[in-house]
Formats: sequence, C-alpha cells, structure tokens
Amino acid sequence: MPNLVRTLIGLALLFAVAQARAQLEIIVTDPGAQRSPIAIVPFANEAAVGTSLTAIVRADLERSGLFRGVEVPPLSPPPTENTPVNYGEWRSRLADALVLGSVVTHRDGRFEVRFRVYDIVKQAPLGAIAYVFTKENVRAAAHRVADFVYERITGEKGVFSTQIAYVVRRGAAYELQIADADGERAQYLLRSNEPIISPVWSPEGRRIAYVSFESKKPVVYVHYLEDRKRQVVASFRGSNSAPAWAPDGKTLAVVLSVDGGSQIFLLNADGSGARRRISNSASIDTEPRFSSDGKWIYFTSDRGGTPQVYRMSATGGEPQRVTFEGSYNVSPRPSPDGRVLAYVTRNAGKFQVALLDLSNRQVQVITDSDRDESPSFAPNGRMILLATVIGGRGVLSAVSADGRIKQRLPFAGGDVREPAWGPFIE
Amino acid sequence: MRAILIAALGSAGLKFTAILAALLLGAACSTTPEDQAAAGVESRTGPGGKPGADTRAVQPPKVAAVDITGKPSASSLAALKDPNNILSKRSIYYDLDKFDVKDEYRSLVEAHAKYLRENPTARMMIQGNTDERGSREYNVSLGQRRSDGVKKMLILLGARENQIETVSLGEEKPQADGHDEGAWSKNRRSDILYGGEY
Repeated sequence: MPNLVRTLIGLALLFAVAQARAQLEIIVTDPGAQRSPIAIVPFANEAAVGTSLTAIVRADLERSGLFRGVEVPPLSPPPTENTPVNYGEWRSRLADALVLGSVVTHRDGRFEVRFRVYDIVKQAPLGAIAYVFTKENVRAAAHRVADFVYERITGEKGVFSTQIAYVVRRGAAYELQIADADGERAQYLLRSNEPIISPVWSPEGRRIAYVSFESKKPVVYVHYLEDRKRQVVASFRGSNSAPAWAPDGKTLAVVLSVDGGSQIFLLNADGSGARRRISNSASIDTEPRFSSDGKWIYFTSDRGGTPQVYRMSATGGEPQRVTFEGSYNVSPRPSPDGRVLAYVTRNAGKFQVALLDLSNRQVQVITDSDRDESPSFAPNGRMILLATVIGGRGVLSAVSADGRIKQRLPFAGGDVREPAWGPFIE
Repeated sequence: MRAILIAALGSAGLKFTAILAALLLGAACSTTPEDQAAAGVESRTGPGGKPGADTRAVQPPKVAAVDITGKPSASSLAALKDPNNILSKRSIYYDLDKFDVKDEYRSLVEAHAKYLRENPTARMMIQGNTDERGSREYNVSLGQRRSDGVKKMLILLGARENQIETVSLGEEKPQADGHDEGAWSKNRRSDILYGGEY
C-alpha cells in the first residue's frame, strides 16, 4: 500500500508538467461480439472526491471491448463493499459480474477506495482491495480499480493504468506527448520545429528514447520523464535512428550509418562506453526490436532484395528470415509473450498490420485501412496501437490481437503518429 | 557543468567545448567516442511560453566559430548561391525505388566535386529523402542509401571522404505536401548543403 501511495504521488508530480492543449478521445468503432455484462454500482460516498470514480472504471472496462456496463437504478441505502450480496437479485438484473465499494475520506484529506468484485454466475467473490489516493489522482486511482476488476475477471493484467506516447504535428511544429491509456491528461515532453520519430518506452517506464531531427539530421536521445532532462545517446557521423530497448533497460539497439549503410549497433543507454556493431551486411538492416526474453532481435532487412523481417541472436550472429509472404514486410514488433509478431505488410499498395504466429507460421492481416504504421502492443498483448491515415489526417487507432475489437483515437488539432504503448506501472 | 556548457554552445562549438571541458574538469571528465558529438544533458524550460518559444530551449543556439586555417574565398562562397552558377543547384531527384544518380544530374555532381577539390576546407552535408510511403524508419535507411550514393560519386570525382557527411531525413521533410506521384517525385531527392548552411 505505501508503494501505491508513493506511486500515485509520483504520478501527481509527473502530471504537474505541461498539460498539452488537445487530447485524444477513444471511440470504440467495432466492439467485441461477446461483451460480458458487469454492474459497477456507484461507490458509496464517491461524491466526496468530486469526480465519479466508478464512471471512469466503467468507461475503462467498456473500452476494452470485453465488458458492457449494466445500468443500475439508484439503490437505497447505497451498498458498500460490506453489504451482503444477493446473487439471485443481480442475476435478475442480467449482470455476470458485480463491483461494490465505498470511498472514505481520511483526516489528512486523502481518500481511500475499498471495493469487492463478485462473479454473479458462479456466485463467488473474486477479491477485494483498497487504494489510498489524493484528490488530483482520482483518475489514476480509478484506473487501478479497473485494472484490479479486469484482472480478477479475465485472469490477465489490465492496462488501464499504463500510458502511451505519440507525436503530434501541427504545421511545422512537432510535439512528443504522453497521455494516460484512455487518452486523458496528455502532456508534452518535447516541442520542436523539426520532426520527432520512433519514441520507445524503457522497460521500467521512466525513460523514452526517440529520434529528433533538430540538428538537421537524425540523432537518438533518451528523455528522463521525471526530471525532464534528456541525453544524446547516438550522434555519430551520419544518421542515428530506430532505438529499441533491451529488456534489461541498460542497452539500446540503434541503427547507425557511421560505418556506411544502415547497420544495427548496441549502445549503453546512459551514453557510456563504445558502440558494438551486431549486424554485418551490405544491405539495409533497421528497425531492431528485442524479444521480451532478450534473446532475439527482430529487424527489417532488404538483404533478400525486398524488405523483410529477420531475426538474429541478440549478441549477433547469422540472421534467419521470418516473413516470406509479400514484397514489403517491415516494422516488426514481437508480442510481450513472444508468441506472435506484429508487423506492417504491403498489400496491393495498402499498408496494413499483420500478425504472424511464430509457432505455426500462420499470418493474419488484422486491419483494413490503407496506411498503417508503427504497431505497438499493449503490455498485456491484448491490443495493438497503431498510426493510420483517415481523411488525409494521421490518427491513432487500436485493434485487438484477434482483430475483432477496433478503436479510433481522434485528436483535435493535429496529425498524430508514432504511437508507443508504455509498460505496466508497478 | 560540462553538460551546461555543451547545451549553451550548441553543435558548432561541440569540439571546442569538449576540449574546454576536458581542460576544466581534467581526468574527472568522462570520455566520449571520438566520432560522436559529446553526450549532453540539457535542461528544458517549463510550459507557459508562447507556442514555439519553448522550442529554442531544445535547439541550442548556434555560435559562429572562427576558423583561420584556410576558408573558401568570398568569391567561391558567392558562387554557391549565384542562381546562374550550377553550384546553386542542390537537389538530385530519383525514380521510384531508385538510388542511382541519373545522367541529367551528372554535371551538377561534377561541379560540386570540383568545388570540393578546389576548396579542401569546405564541408558538405548531403541529406537523402524519400516519399511518404512505407515505414518511417525504413525510409530513413532508404534516404541514407541515396545520400551515400551521391557521396560515392563525389569521391570518385576527387572529393575527400572527410569533406562529406551523408545523412537521411527519411520521409520527414517533403518538398511537396501532396499525396500523389507529382508530390512524391519531388520528395525522392538528395539535398546538398555546405558548411554554414546546416
């Protein structure tokens, strides 16, 4: 519990910086076919917080595409986490799951939310927990509640408390922004008159590496979120691009042209030490990504004549070709569990996101748009965030890994591109 | 301390700064790979400024370095900008998925090679560019292949390797904003810049 309080206070400091002017909005364009009905009864005394905590929880769960909120009439007296549950009554309200809770105001002004989750079908409690939070962190607390509910019901971790990064372009101005996974509380990390591309979160979520063109050429930076400092980590002669974090958080793979061409190198993420070249070809080798176990680096190479995905041992060595169908397969992103590879494939002039099952080699194209880029897995692997172009404007969208649930994230006032989904926040 | 100096002096002063910092801090100063600009940590100003005002904080101000070891003469510098001189032509355009310099640009490249031969202290940056289709990072690599191709030709024509830095802007800096072949053909290009222009 103290850890969580620390986390929430830490988040408050983080959010005290630069609120961005516009925000992402998330619209579920294609909800899941089987959405489980869940009753989230407004928590007793939640009005004391000033923001409806349970409304945020419900919106989170509905956006996942797996749940549908059941309308609950006002109940008197309002039930709390200590109210005995009449399973038959909730069954008759057509709820498969139920959340009951309350908010307590502490003497120091902080709040505590306590709640229980029930499986109405199996007539069994699924667990209970309490979180302490300050008023300005009600959204973060609600996302924690949603994560707990989601995990107890589905058995997998929720991503409602995570953050996303993306680049907004307005005319000649570029902003690297981060926002909550629901698009709220957007803020910018960097504002520049030159392009910014390829943001990637460090494994612990406190740093973002990216490529900035502010020096009239691509240079790789690591940006420290908490103190808003940044460090040049690759500014060698030529181009420096395509950063990727190793799971240890200490090593970055980057693509450098310092030896000629575009080749993959490893660097220490703190800028110390020397570069280590790990690819060795006369062709283009770029877009490295580590598998989550750190053993492999997936990358794009045109060594076979067309750009295809390959992988090699993270220490270097002979690459193996991974994609075979089609003449343009780029931007490989291994899933968090290592079983699936997302990448962008060109189909009859359209760029779409495909998933390759690494065990049975099955390929499934999961989007139907024309210009998809930069797929990014949610840390639980269920959703994939990507950039696309709709009506001539860059927007973000998200699609479930089974292709069934689709969301759009419109953004007022600018082109949005280069999304990157952040890690779980512990 | 060192970091602040670097942020204040900007890229034009990096080498000088590194030397200065080494002198000031002595052995305590961490080492940086020799061909990499020193890793600077920059502080950024907070929000609240006018749009664009913050940007200057991330773009270190340029400092005019004085180099008295032999600069191109004023007349040769003027030639680079003279619209009647072929040296003022700085862009080479490419066919789709092509990286070779077409015959129509041969005289342009030869003129720049001659300039580099005659002005050994002159420095050049070649920026490769692509059209907007496909992966941004893969396009960075494709643009690099274009600028590298121009450099190779300049060296065959007598320019020195250390005079030319080749980089790529990928699809990020289009010359034309459209989304058709008319625009794309203007965006598949290499741009030549001389020292002082970048």
